[in-house]
Amino acid sequence: MAIGIDTFLPALIGGALIGIAATLLLWLNGRLAGVSGILWRLFFANPGDTLWRVLFLAGVVGGAALYYAVSDDAPAARETFPVWLLVVSGFLVGYGTSLGNGCTSGHGVCGLGRLSLRSLVATVIFLLTAIVTTFVVRHLLGVM
Amino acid sequence: MGRNLASLSAGLLFGFGLALSGMTHPQKVLGFLDVAGAWDASLLFVLGGAVGVTLVSFRFILRLGKPILAERFIITRETHIDRPMILGAILFGIGWGISGYCPGPAVALIASPNWELLAFLPAAILGAVAEKYFELRSQKRAMQARAAQKPVAKDDKPDSESPSEGSCG
Repeated sequence: MAIGIDTFLPALIGGALIGIAATLLLWLNGRLAGVSGILWRLFFANPGDTLWRVLFLAGVVGGAALYYAVSDDAPAARETFPVWLLVVSGFLVGYGTSLGNGCTSGHGVCGLGRLSLRSLVATVIFLLTAIVTTFVVRHLLGVM
Repeated sequence: MGRNLASLSAGLLFGFGLALSGMTHPQKVLGFLDVAGAWDASLLFVLGGAVGVTLVSFRFILRLGKPILAERFIITRETHIDRPMILGAILFGIGWGISGYCPGPAVALIASPNWELLAFLPAAILGAVAEKYFELRSQKRAMQARAAQKPVAKDDKPDSESPSEGSCG
């Protein structure tokens, strides 16, 4: 484990910005900044309930674009990662966050912030499941 | 107008923070989840930084009674630790652990798309839409079953069913 100020400081500041963003959305609009809920319900929302979702998501894209523009730190694709695994992974992430009503931002950042036991349990479950899955995929199946 | 601007600004901060934090690098995320490898603890600081803020700010905000620009807080009152939530968290964990992508970073990466995202994001949307479809279908079936049962139930036990039943959501 190697961790220097150059990795933990951006992580901490980036995390705090995510927290401030969630704070703004709840304080001003009364909404929780859970990306999966905001995105998935876009496809089933009433017309009056779509614009704020689109704007928030457009903001997420724009904010990341701004960072990539000033930092030159845009992620490159892995050379050998199998496409079918990405498709399976995507389907599970979509299905699971819709069924469980939240992802890392909804249950993790917002749910823990409002001391929801349900979100704490969800966060512990998906974190542990992800750790086990990563172990299987990387060390037993040898996919990097 | 104000509300739309607030959504956009919150999104901008959220996306910038995500990209700055390193969460949009799936390999970095997997380096954090891979506790058996060269463990990268930095993502603990992302969650710590974010929850450190919301733990304090949400306490004050939720005491306000209502948000600044809207009529009320729209927050789920769901507190049950039920089977769909547990199963959903497990499926999400498997998906996240395979690729290192969760929904927030996947959206942020539209800013710099590569072929990985073109495989992941449509599949994620399909998964969520499929789940909602099954959910709505089973709700509809449950309502139809109850509607079909109603006359029989009325004959047998006139006082057992409440009249408000069947209105769901």
